[in-house]
This record gives sequence, structure tokens and C-alpha cells, in this order.
Amino acid sequence: MIYFQLFYEFFQAGLFAIGGGLATLPFLYDISDRTGWFTYSQLADMIAVSESTPGPIGVNMATYTGYLIAGIPGSLVATIGLIAPSIIIIIIVAQFLTKFKASPQLQAVFYGLRPASTALIAAAGFSVMLGDLIQYERFKATGMIGQLINGRAIILALLLYVLANHVKITKKLHPIVFIAFAALIGVLFNFGGH
Amino acid sequence: MKELLNLFLTFARIGALTFGGGYAMLPILQRELVDQRKWVTEEELMDYFAIGQTTPGVIAVNTATFIGQKRKGTLGGAIATLGVVFPSIVIISIVAMFINNFADSVILQNAFAGIRVSVYVLILNAVLKLWKSAIVDKIGIIIFIAIFSLSIFTNLSPILFIVGAGLAGFIAKRQQGVVS
Repeated sequence: MIYFQLFYEFFQAGLFAIGGGLATLPFLYDISDRTGWFTYSQLADMIAVSESTPGPIGVNMATYTGYLIAGIPGSLVATIGLIAPSIIIIIIVAQFLTKFKASPQLQAVFYGLRPASTALIAAAGFSVMLGDLIQYERFKATGMIGQLINGRAIILALLLYVLANHVKITKKLHPIVFIAFAALIGVLFNFGGH
Repeated sequence: MKELLNLFLTFARIGALTFGGGYAMLPILQRELVDQRKWVTEEELMDYFAIGQTTPGVIAVNTATFIGQKRKGTLGGAIATLGVVFPSIVIISIVAMFINNFADSVILQNAFAGIRVSVYVLILNAVLKLWKSAIVDKIGIIIFIAIFSLSIFTNLSPILFIVGAGLAGFIAKRQQGVVS
């Protein structure tokens, strides 16, 4: 029964992958090894697609794998399998939180957690940004210092930062407006570098 | 019933607007849920993210479950979660049908290279906003710097960081005599 197996495999990935979408990746390699449902190269395509469409990457990967194996019903079953453990666990945690919210002990723990959570988000953003704005590999290949920095991307980043924080008319705009603007600039100025 | 539909549609909208994974959802959540609808506070959102990083599953999904649960109990949690993944299911199923053309499209690759830059800026802004409510004293700054550096320079699991930081907060408050 392919649907049951799909559900079971993605339920496992959802249960054990901790720390966000990319943590699902090792589990997907493992599924590929054991079931042969998809190849590593299909998995690489899947990552590219997930990075460039809306939605959480882990969910996109489940949907895509499910689709490859059993069409649209497969994509539904795999996605629901992936998110089922989170829903169950979070609902239990949320009920616990509501009950003990006023406790000074829990408040003390959150006092330490909040800076840590902020730091993890900052670090995740920082490492992907560095990989994109500083092109160390290209610099090593060409030996030209001008290749080290992705100048166009840095200019766009500075421009967006100023528009989002310091220009009165644009700073109240919805984030999606900045995303759409950046997409347009990317197309007009050939940001993909091809 | 109306409230549940509202939950579903709100999270479907958030899911459709989130490019670039779970962290990129943060600025959208701040805008839609904290500033506009006032369903949660900045602090609550941060608490959900912290827990989402320590519990299994996708952070965006975990956060949606939390907020749905807060609004409308267990059913609300499930509905909000289905809402947030709904656009992905539709979009990815369509993309999967045309995958070969998709991966090779130069226009799309250029567009997404641009989008990635905007996502960095939006995440930076979200972090600056969080900073104001998350870091209230020197201990907060120390925890931030420690976790930020450990996270960049080591491959340790985020679970360790979150557990360690929670413990540090508890011990600090205990030293100050706030908890026993």
C-alpha cells in the first residue's frame, strides 16, 4: 500500500527532523536509499524548486516527493504525514504553556530563550547571506578580487534596507512588495549570472 | 465557523507570501499577526519560534499550530496548519508537472537570485525588531552573542543552544532571587 508507506516515511521524517526545513534533508536521502522512489539528482532538483517557491522547504519537499511517487493524492498524503507529528506535539506543548504561563519559573526560562531564538534566526540569515554576497569560490577560480564581492546584490540589499527603514512612503509597505521589486531587479539585471 | 475560516485564509495567505523557507516567514508573521491583526505579541511570537526550533518539524508549521491553538483550541491549531501548507501543496504540485522547464528557466533563476537578496534584508529587519523585545539587559546580550557565535562556528544542534539558554535564563533569575 503505497499511500500508507508514504505517510509512514514522512511521518518519521517529521518526527525526527528538528530545527527547520533543511533538517529534513538527511531523512530524504535515507528514504531515497531505502525505497528508490527518487534519485539523488531528482532530490537536488527538488531542493532548487523548494528554495524558489513560497512555503516552508520541508513541506515543499514532502509535497514534491509525494507527487513524484503517487500523483496529487501522494503529495497530500506525504505532506500530512510530515506535519502530523508537529501538530500533535505542539498542541500538547501549547496546552502546557497556557496552563503554566504565569509561573515565574517558566518566565525565567523564556527570559533566556528569547535572546537565543533571536540569535539563531540572525545566524541562519547571516550564513546564507554571506554565501550569496561573498563569492569566495568564484574568487578562488578566477583570482580576481573584483569577483569576490557580489556588488550588484550588495547594492540591491542596501537600497532595500534604506527603502524599508528610512523612506517614509515605502517603509510601511508589505514585505511582499519588496520581494516582488527584488525579483524584478533580479530579472532586469541578470542576477542569476547566466 | 467563521473564525476557523478566517484562520485558514490568514495562514494560507501567509504561506503563499513566504519565499525562502521558515525564517523568511518571520517578517510576514510580524506584519500580519502582530502589527495588523494583533493576534499575538512580539514576545509570544518569539517564544513560539524558540519552541519551534526545539521540537520536531518545520518551524513555520509549528508556529502556525501554536497561533491557531491559541485562537481556537486544538481544531484551530490543525486548521491554521493546513492553511499554511495549502499554497505549497497547490504550487508544488503544479511545478512538479513542469519541473524540467522550471529548473532551466533563466528568467526564474534571475528572479529568485533577486528575491534571495530581499529575503536577507527582511530577515535582518525582523531580527532588529525582535532584538528590542528579546534583549532587555546585559545577560540577554551575552546569551545572544554566545548563541550567535556557536551557531556560526560549530555544527552543534540547535536543541543544545535552546536548552542551554533556557537553563542560563533560569539560573540568572535565580541568582537575582526572582525564582527559587
